[in-house]
Amino acid sequence: MPTITYSGRAYAGGDGETVLETLLRHGEEISNSCRAGACQSCLLRAAAGSVPPVAQYGLKPTLIEQGYFLSCVCRPEQDLVLEPAGGLEVPAVITALERLTPTVLRARIRTESALDYRSGQYITLRRDDGLARSYSLASLPDEDGLELHIRRAPQGRMSGWLFEEAREGQSMSVRGPAGDCFYTGGNPDQPLLLAGTGTGLAPLAGICRDAVRQGHRGPIHLYHGALRPEGLYLRDELLEITRANPNVQYTPVVLHGEGEGITTGELDKAIAADHPKLSGWRGFVCGDPAIVRMLKKKLFLAGMGSKEIFADAFIEAVCS
Amino acid sequence: MLYPRYNFKFLEETKVSSVYEQLGGQPAIDAAVDIFYRKVLSDDLISGFFEDVDMDKQIGKQKAFLTMAFGGPNNYTGADMRKAHAHLVARGLNDSHFDAVAGHLSATLQELNVPQNLIDQVMAIAGSTRNDVLGR
Repeated sequence: MPTITYSGRAYAGGDGETVLETLLRHGEEISNSCRAGACQSCLLRAAAGSVPPVAQYGLKPTLIEQGYFLSCVCRPEQDLVLEPAGGLEVPAVITALERLTPTVLRARIRTESALDYRSGQYITLRRDDGLARSYSLASLPDEDGLELHIRRAPQGRMSGWLFEEAREGQSMSVRGPAGDCFYTGGNPDQPLLLAGTGTGLAPLAGICRDAVRQGHRGPIHLYHGALRPEGLYLRDELLEITRANPNVQYTPVVLHGEGEGITTGELDKAIAADHPKLSGWRGFVCGDPAIVRMLKKKLFLAGMGSKEIFADAFIEAVCS
Repeated sequence: MLYPRYNFKFLEETKVSSVYEQLGGQPAIDAAVDIFYRKVLSDDLISGFFEDVDMDKQIGKQKAFLTMAFGGPNNYTGADMRKAHAHLVARGLNDSHFDAVAGHLSATLQELNVPQNLIDQVMAIAGSTRNDVLGR
């Protein structure tokens, strides 16, 4: 079994264990959240020894070169000397907290130095005690501060704290951005389909506004799904965008209940009814992983190219 | 070696370039994979085997399969084929499903206007995997 040395302390790795599991088992405090190699909370740096490529998947080349890797998906094949991933976090402060619904909070965060990101990517927000969660960016890079939509998770430690205790002026830190679900220029006439549920709207609203800002001319159709009309949010702002940009269409869809301007039914069926054929389209799907997986398949079967489908499935934190 | 590798000696021996080269290499795979996988997913007889799989991973696997079936560079062995399909065989994968997938492959190539003699070669390579895929 490989030996894992962390900040000078040596531990024997367990059979098939990840670096994160080994370190947590020995009482080291390592930030982590998704345990699936996505949120990057558990980033560490290997000062000596090399890690399997899968543990560096999705990291920037500059980080890979410096030996950074994701400890939650790293099953080491050789001895490693590790250190915490310091210096990658930007100090930040919460500038505004606004409840959009009883379960969705809009947070605005200002970072000490400007963050180089694309709307629809995600960042990891970290509290002083190390608690970390990832949130998608609804804001545009040239706007003042980051806009996040926080879903109140049942027993969610970060979301519960943000809803109940955090105040404007609270200091935090931000790491990122990460993710490849964002608008790219180069094909301004291509029709775009944006679909998601819950706070999957955060990246979608960001992508929609980014496309508009970059002068996208083709149709942009945004679908937001919720269980009931009370779960819909940001409706006025989205309608405002459709009024200012005739190529943008916004369709809220609820499973139960009804309301003016709201489609009742299943999200994929609502999309199929409007757009039975999607060849030539580009799609962005965000939110609940099962719904994202289902929507990807439906869009593909309706003719959308597999390379044209961009997705961000929200992975639940599993612990601490 | 216990299992054959599917790189086809007869192509080298007769100095014929592989179907993969004749079709234009990787771009041909990219063109074929969406059409092929869409047909497979739309077929109720076999779509159940793909119910909960991640689409991106599946597309990657289908590309590897098509590259192999086109006679392109690959490292597939019979053992890989057996291992990869064992859980599906346990769920009832049989000749009828194999035939359905083969039919979709043939139809995909026809849709792309691939000449019949090349289609025949691809189908011969794909067909040679039958016993390994079905674990026999």
